[in-house]
Amino acid sequence: MASHFLLLILFALLVSIVFAVLLRDEPRAQAKLGAMMLGGFVAAAYVIGWLMFPFPL
Amino acid sequence: MSAKSTTAERARASAEPGWVALVCAAAWLVPGAGHLLQRRTQKGIVFLIVLPLMFFTGLFLNGRLFPLELSDPLVFLGAIANRGVGLPYFLARLLDLGSGLVTAVTYEYGNTFLMTAGLLNFLIVLDAFDIAMGRK
Repeated sequence: MASHFLLLILFALLVSIVFAVLLRDEPRAQAKLGAMMLGGFVAAAYVIGWLMFPFPL
Repeated sequence: MSAKSTTAERARASAEPGWVALVCAAAWLVPGAGHLLQRRTQKGIVFLIVLPLMFFTGLFLNGRLFPLELSDPLVFLGAIANRGVGLPYFLARLLDLGSGLVTAVTYEYGNTFLMTAGLLNFLIVLDAFDIAMGRK
């Protein structure tokens, strides 16, 4: 498994689950916060990745 | 000044140091155990599944378990983060896993998974401590 994007999504998913369960008590609120965090992590990584595209290594 | 005490203050006063220490030690050693001991079953089970999964994914991705080397501060901090996950770390060392493969394309991902699992468990230990003290 060497797809960077899939690994990014897996990492974001696991971190989102832990934070959502840690910060909220109700399952519905946990699911909502977890989904928002997952979306935020993936979107931020995607946007920052494209912003870095023009820069040389 | 009111003589009335809040629920949190009453719970804090009744929290025995031995119990709090036991909860913290259990929470560190087995991710989620601190919550399970305090009947936060749903949270405990989620932590018990997710953190070892994250840790062993890191090992699968050829991540490295860092040694405690004071001469290299970043390696030392990485080693502390690795040890945060508790029993899975010692199990991996016992099975001689986590030597790391620097040439693997997933090496840095593996390190990130391994260290994040430990750091998240530190947060979970703090949460279990707060519950034991009656703050949550």
